[in-house]
Amino acid sequence: MPTREKTQLLSAAQTGRTIERLGHEIVEKTGEAHGIALIGIRRRGVPLAHRLAGTVRSATGAEVPIGVLDITLYRDDLSLVSAHPIVQSTEIPFSVDGRDLILVDDVLFTGRTVRAAINGLFDLGRPRRVQLCVLMDRGHRELPIEAAYVGRRVETQSNEVVEVHLKEIDGDDRVLLMERLS
Amino acid sequence: MSFTFRHLLGTEALTRDEITFLLEQSRAFQGIQQQPLKKLATLRGKSAVLAFFETSTRTRISFTTAAARLGADTMNLQAESSSTQKGESLVDTVRTLEAMKPDVIVIRHAASGAPHFVAKRLGIPVINAGDGLHEHPTQGLLDALTISDRLGRLDDLNVTIVGDIRHSRVARSNIHLLSKFGCRITLCGPAMWLPPEMAGMAPNLRIEPRLDEALRGANVVMVLRVQTERLREPSLPAEEYIRLYQMTPARLALARADAMLMHPGPMIRGLEIDPAVADSPQSCVLEQVTNGVAVRMAILYLLTATAPGGAAAQAG
Repeated sequence: MPTREKTQLLSAAQTGRTIERLGHEIVEKTGEAHGIALIGIRRRGVPLAHRLAGTVRSATGAEVPIGVLDITLYRDDLSLVSAHPIVQSTEIPFSVDGRDLILVDDVLFTGRTVRAAINGLFDLGRPRRVQLCVLMDRGHRELPIEAAYVGRRVETQSNEVVEVHLKEIDGDDRVLLMERLS
Repeated sequence: MSFTFRHLLGTEALTRDEITFLLEQSRAFQGIQQQPLKKLATLRGKSAVLAFFETSTRTRISFTTAAARLGADTMNLQAESSSTQKGESLVDTVRTLEAMKPDVIVIRHAASGAPHFVAKRLGIPVINAGDGLHEHPTQGLLDALTISDRLGRLDDLNVTIVGDIRHSRVARSNIHLLSKFGCRITLCGPAMWLPPEMAGMAPNLRIEPRLDEALRGANVVMVLRVQTERLREPSLPAEEYIRLYQMTPARLALARADAMLMHPGPMIRGLEIDPAVADSPQSCVLEQVTNGVAVRMAILYLLTATAPGGAAAQAG
């Protein structure tokens, strides 16, 4: 569906600094990130998780394990969409049992992606605690889900889209507020 | 890349890109076989009819497992107990099944083309689980997945298929699929099971009745099942088949050192295959079975998870 850029929410420098700040918050609130693991939600949660782990590493020297979660099979809207959402693999190379996990995603919106991610995680075991870290929180929640770590909160309209660009996937870092044209 | 599949009737009509896509999707489902909790709710509320007009154990169990892991229900029709025994036509039987509102029908039938015939007459996706001497596409896909897992690629391999080629839909689905990746395929078996017209099925396809010659340089050796009832014919007693075509360690040694040995099952040890070969590290027989569930999960997902008239996907 066609969209038009309305405004830039975060510049490249701001995006980088925001992610860095989130990494430091994780270090602070988890006691030097002891015993935690980051779970990036495909797609943009994955490079975000790697960057957060980089910040944690330079701040504490600790190597935080990173897992990758694909939530396609847990989506609640499959029977409502027409195209086949492509299923990708979940790669969590460690046991989630008894661990403190931080789910990482680019944008928190309805909360349905996070609900799907939690279901996916619990098929892999029984984590001790699951928290959520997002770069952008745009509101409009449809489920009782909140993030423990938020890069930036923005007020949005329902016909708007928050578009996160990350170097690893998009070639540049920035966050845009887009407007749907229809 | 994404594709829209309405049915899965054979590998012949699939393009190389479509096959690559189906294998990529199947890989995502391989991981689920390793999870402690293997049951998903993705197809909750959906149901699959397994209409097996020809007996089957492993394919039916594999589809049942795949459907169960995705949360779908299965309804079974088995030839022995079905009304076809009472004279009902195929079309009436499948229309009756369709009237129970399943979301997909998996069909195995002794008549080549039966799934295509059914697909034209029903409004739901049809999966061919083996039709006569024609195709067995999920077997072809699971074999391809197993090959690319073991050897790291599908392209330009030497593949030797040994046994009853004439009666094998597994061989045909594999020939159609693998030839799209530039594989050089060699068919080997007794002359009565090696129809010369099959040489025209694909480019780089060779018919070689001498097993030793057929095996030289092979990356993949597929041994087909031999139906013992066909060996009662005086033209080829079982002892003769064993002497000439049984896959023994000495024969397998003629293939490449890293050649993989495949068998679609059920495997008869001591007939078409020497137990030492069946249990060798080169044997991929059990990987084939495991991959069969992943491939069938991917196909069921692709054919039934989404609504044909639904909205475009959007993340939340």
